[in-house]
Amino acid sequence: MKSGRFWAWVVFAVGAAYFFVPLIATLEFSMRMRRGVYSFDAYKVVLGDIHFQQSFGFSVIAAIFTIIVGVLIVVPAAYWIRLRLPGLRPIVEFITLLPLVIPAIVIVFGYIRMYGSNSPLPFLASASGTNVLLVFGYATLALPYMYRAVDTGLRTIDVRTLTEAAQILGAGWVTIIARVILPNVLIAVLSGAFLTFAIVIGEFTMASLLNRPAFGPYLQNMGANRAYEPAALAIIAFAITWGCMSLIQILSRFAPKSTAR
Amino acid sequence: MADPFLSIQHVRKSFANATVVQDFNLDVGAGEFVSFLGPSGCGKTTVLRMVAGFEEPTSGAIMIGGKDVTRLKPNQRNIGMVFQAYALFPNLTVAQNIAFGLRVAKVPKADADRRVAEMLKLISLPNLGDRFPYQLSGGQQQRVALARAIAPKPKVLLLDEPLSALDAKVRVSLREEIRQIQKDLGITTVFVTHDQEEALSISDRIVVMYGGRAEQVGTPFEIYNRPQTRFVASFVGTLNILKAKVLNGATGTIAIDGQQVTASGMKNDATNGAERSVALRPEAVSLNGIGGQRNKLDGTIEEVNFLGSVVRIRVRFQENSVSLDTFNNPNAPPPKHGEKVTVSFAPEDLLVLEGEAPN
Amino acid sequence: MTDITSVEPGIVRRGPTHLAAPPDVRAGIRLPTQWLGVAPFFVFAAMFLILPTLYLMIGAFQNDAGEFTFENIAALSQPSIVAAYWISIKVSLASAVLGAFIGLAIAIAIVRGGLPGWIRSATLTFSGVASNFAGVPLAFAFLATLGRLGLVTVLLNTLIGLNLYAWGFNVLSFWGLTLTYMYFQIPLMVVIIVPAIDGIKREWGEAAATLGATQSEYWRMVVIPVLWPSFLGTVILLFANAFGAIATAYALTGSSLNIVPILLYAQIRGDVLHNAHLGYAIAFGMIVITGLANVGYIVFRTRSERWLK
Repeated sequence: MKSGRFWAWVVFAVGAAYFFVPLIATLEFSMRMRRGVYSFDAYKVVLGDIHFQQSFGFSVIAAIFTIIVGVLIVVPAAYWIRLRLPGLRPIVEFITLLPLVIPAIVIVFGYIRMYGSNSPLPFLASASGTNVLLVFGYATLALPYMYRAVDTGLRTIDVRTLTEAAQILGAGWVTIIARVILPNVLIAVLSGAFLTFAIVIGEFTMASLLNRPAFGPYLQNMGANRAYEPAALAIIAFAITWGCMSLIQILSRFAPKSTAR
Repeated sequence: MADPFLSIQHVRKSFANATVVQDFNLDVGAGEFVSFLGPSGCGKTTVLRMVAGFEEPTSGAIMIGGKDVTRLKPNQRNIGMVFQAYALFPNLTVAQNIAFGLRVAKVPKADADRRVAEMLKLISLPNLGDRFPYQLSGGQQQRVALARAIAPKPKVLLLDEPLSALDAKVRVSLREEIRQIQKDLGITTVFVTHDQEEALSISDRIVVMYGGRAEQVGTPFEIYNRPQTRFVASFVGTLNILKAKVLNGATGTIAIDGQQVTASGMKNDATNGAERSVALRPEAVSLNGIGGQRNKLDGTIEEVNFLGSVVRIRVRFQENSVSLDTFNNPNAPPPKHGEKVTVSFAPEDLLVLEGEAPN
Repeated sequence: MTDITSVEPGIVRRGPTHLAAPPDVRAGIRLPTQWLGVAPFFVFAAMFLILPTLYLMIGAFQNDAGEFTFENIAALSQPSIVAAYWISIKVSLASAVLGAFIGLAIAIAIVRGGLPGWIRSATLTFSGVASNFAGVPLAFAFLATLGRLGLVTVLLNTLIGLNLYAWGFNVLSFWGLTLTYMYFQIPLMVVIIVPAIDGIKREWGEAAATLGATQSEYWRMVVIPVLWPSFLGTVILLFANAFGAIATAYALTGSSLNIVPILLYAQIRGDVLHNAHLGYAIAFGMIVITGLANVGYIVFRTRSERWLK
C-alpha cells in the first residue's frame, strides 16, 4: 500500500512535469523579446497588432454565430426527439458522431467542391457567402459537443412532464420552448456554447482553406514569420481555453440536479 | 460452548476520532449460523470485515479453528464472503467465477471442473455455467456469488447483507436456500443484516448490536420473546410499550392506567411506586380472551386495520394503548370502532424493561 | 436536402404515425410541428455534413468524364502517397499508444493511488482543458520548449551539457510531433478512462482476496481484462483523433513532415498531384481509416459498458 502511494506520486509528478514544463517554457519564451530582461513586449506587440485585433474579432463573431446556429439546430431537434420521436434517436446520435469520424479537412474539401461559384448553391461566390459557409462548417464541427451537452441537460429535467404542465396552463409551443425548456437547459446550452467557442476560436483548417481572415490562419502566419509573438499567442490561446473550461465547470455547479427517473 | 470454532475476543475498533466497535466478544461453534442484527452504523459490518481481514482490530484477537488470524491478510484466512452487491467478476462466466478460488489455489483443472459442476447443481443453476453475470437476474447472481464463496471449501462463510439488493419474493426464497445449503455443508456462518425477520428466520443464534456493542446474544426465540434491553425489545418485532406503576415489586403487581395486572418477569428490586416501561407483543394479546389466570384490561377499540390473514386492532385504555393481532375469520367480522372490549394476556408475556420509564 | 423541405405538410400528416393512432386526433395535429422541430437538424446535417462527404466519396470512384473507375484508388499506391499514409499511421499510432499508457497510469494514480482528493479533481479539470488545447498554439508551445532555442533544449545543454539536437532529436520530426500530440492525447485518455476505473468496484478486490488471490493475481485475472475493452477502444479513438489533425503538424513542421492531412491540404490549395479525383481518393482513404477506427471504438465501448453497468 505504501509503495503504491509512492508510485502514484511519482506518476503524478512526471505527468504534471510533462504538462507544466511546456507552459512554463512558453511563458518564459514569450517574455524574452527584449534582450537580457524579461518583459511583456511580445504581448504588447501582439495586442497592438491590427491584424491580431481584426482576426481575433472575426473569430469571436464567427464563434457567436456558430453558437446561435448550433443552438437553433440542436435544441429543437433534441427536444422533439426526447418528447415525441424517440425512434429517431439512434439516427440522430449517429449523425452527431460523424464529425468526430470525418476529419475537418475532408468536410471542408467537400464544401469547396460542392458550393463553388458554378454550383447551384454558390456559397463561395462571395465573401459573405463564404463567411456563412464557414459558420455552418464550425457548427458541424461543434455538433457532437453541442448535441451531447443539450441532450444531457434535457435528460436531467423531465421534459415531458414540464411540457405537459405548460400545456395544461395553456402555453403554446413557442412559449414552451422559450419560457420553459430553454431556461431549464440554459446551463447545458451554455456549456455547449463555451466548448464551441474554445473549438472555433483557434480553428485553422476550415478558415485557412476557405481563405477567411480568422484567428487560426493568423496564428499560423505569425508562427511562420516571428519568433517571440507566437509564444505570447500560445499563452493567450491557452488562457482562453482555460477560461472556457472553467466557465463550464462553474456552470455545472448551477445545473439542475436530475429529477427524472 | 465447548469448542468454539470462530472466536472473537475483546475486539475493539477505533478510527481517527470514533470508536465503532467496543469490546466485542463472541464464540461461534462449528457449523453454527450466527446473525449480526442491528441498524446501520451499529458496527456489525465492521466486525464482519475484521473477521474477513479487511480491517485490523485496534485491540483484541480473532481465532479461527484455534489459530490466531488477527494479523493475517484476507487471502490467507481461508474464508468465503458474499457481498450485498454480488461483486461477481464481470469478465468471467458463471463457471469461471465459481472456479476463481480454485484456480488461485492451483487446483487441478479436472478437480476444479468437477467442483464447479457440483456447485452449479447445489445452487440449482446447472445449465447456466457459460453465461456472463450481466445475463443473470439479481437472485441468480447472488446464488453464483454464494457458490463462488463456498467452492474452495472455506472454514468460515461471511454473508454481508446478501439479500438487501433483491426483490421481496426472491429474498425469502433465497434465504431459505442459503440456510439449507449451510446446513447441508455444515459450514460455520456469520450473517450480517438489518432485517429482523431475516435474522429470526434463519439463525441458530442472533447477536443484536447497537452503538458498537452486542446488546444481547441468544436464539431467535430468546431474542424475540425475552428481550433483555429496551433497544432489543424495540428493534426486534413490533412491540407495545406501556407505562406502568409498580404497586408491589415482590409479587410483580403493577398498574396500567389504574388497572391492576401481574408481570411475572418483574425483578424484586423494583421500588414500589416507581414508573417502569413494560412491553407486550401484539400476538401475545387476545381480544375478549378466556382463561382464569390471565391479566385483563378494559378498553375501547380505537382502530381496526385489515391486513389480510391478520387483523390488527388498537385498543386504548387511557394514556396507554396496545395493538393486537387476531386471525381473520370470514364468519366473524372484526369489532367496530368505539366498541368496549376486554383484552387479556399471560403474566409472563408482560416484559418489564430495564431502567426507569422515560417520559 | 430540398426533397425533405418540399414535402407537403398534408403528405406528412397521412404518414404511418397517423395510421398507428387513428382515434387520437391531437396526434394528427401535432405531427407537422414535430417534424418541423427536427427538420432543420436533418437539412443541416445533409447539406453540411453528409452530402459534401458523399460527394467526395463518389468522386473518388469517378474519372474526369464522370465515369466509374477504380483508377483513383489504385493511384493511392504511388510511393509519395503511401509514405504519407504510413507516416500518419505511425504518428497517430505512436501518440495514441504512448498517450494511452501514460494516461492510464495517471488515471490509476489519481483514482486508486491514495492521493489527496483535490489532486483528482484538479487533474480532471486540467485534462478537460489540455485535451482541447490543440492546433496552432500547441505547436508554438512545443517550439518554445523543445525547439532549437526552447527552454528545455537550452537548459539541458547548459546544465548537463546534453545537446538534444546533436543526438538527432528534432521537434520537427516524427518523435517531436508524437511528443506534441501526446499533450492532448494523454488528457483525453484520462478523461475517458477515469470513469472506467471508477467502475472497478472495491468489492471485486475484496471478493478476490477472500478467495485467496494475491493483488497481482487479482489484477491479472480481473482488473486488466475488465479495463481492456475500454482501453483498447480509447486507443482507437485517440488514433482517429490524431489521424485527422492537421493544424498542430502544419504549424510545427510546415510541410517538412508529409502526413496525409498536410498532403491533402496542399492538394486542395494547389492541386499538387495534378489530378482532382486523386484528392477525393485521399479523402476517401482518410474516412475509411477513421471510420474503421470508430467502428472498433464503438464495438469495444459497447462491450465494456455491458460489463460495467
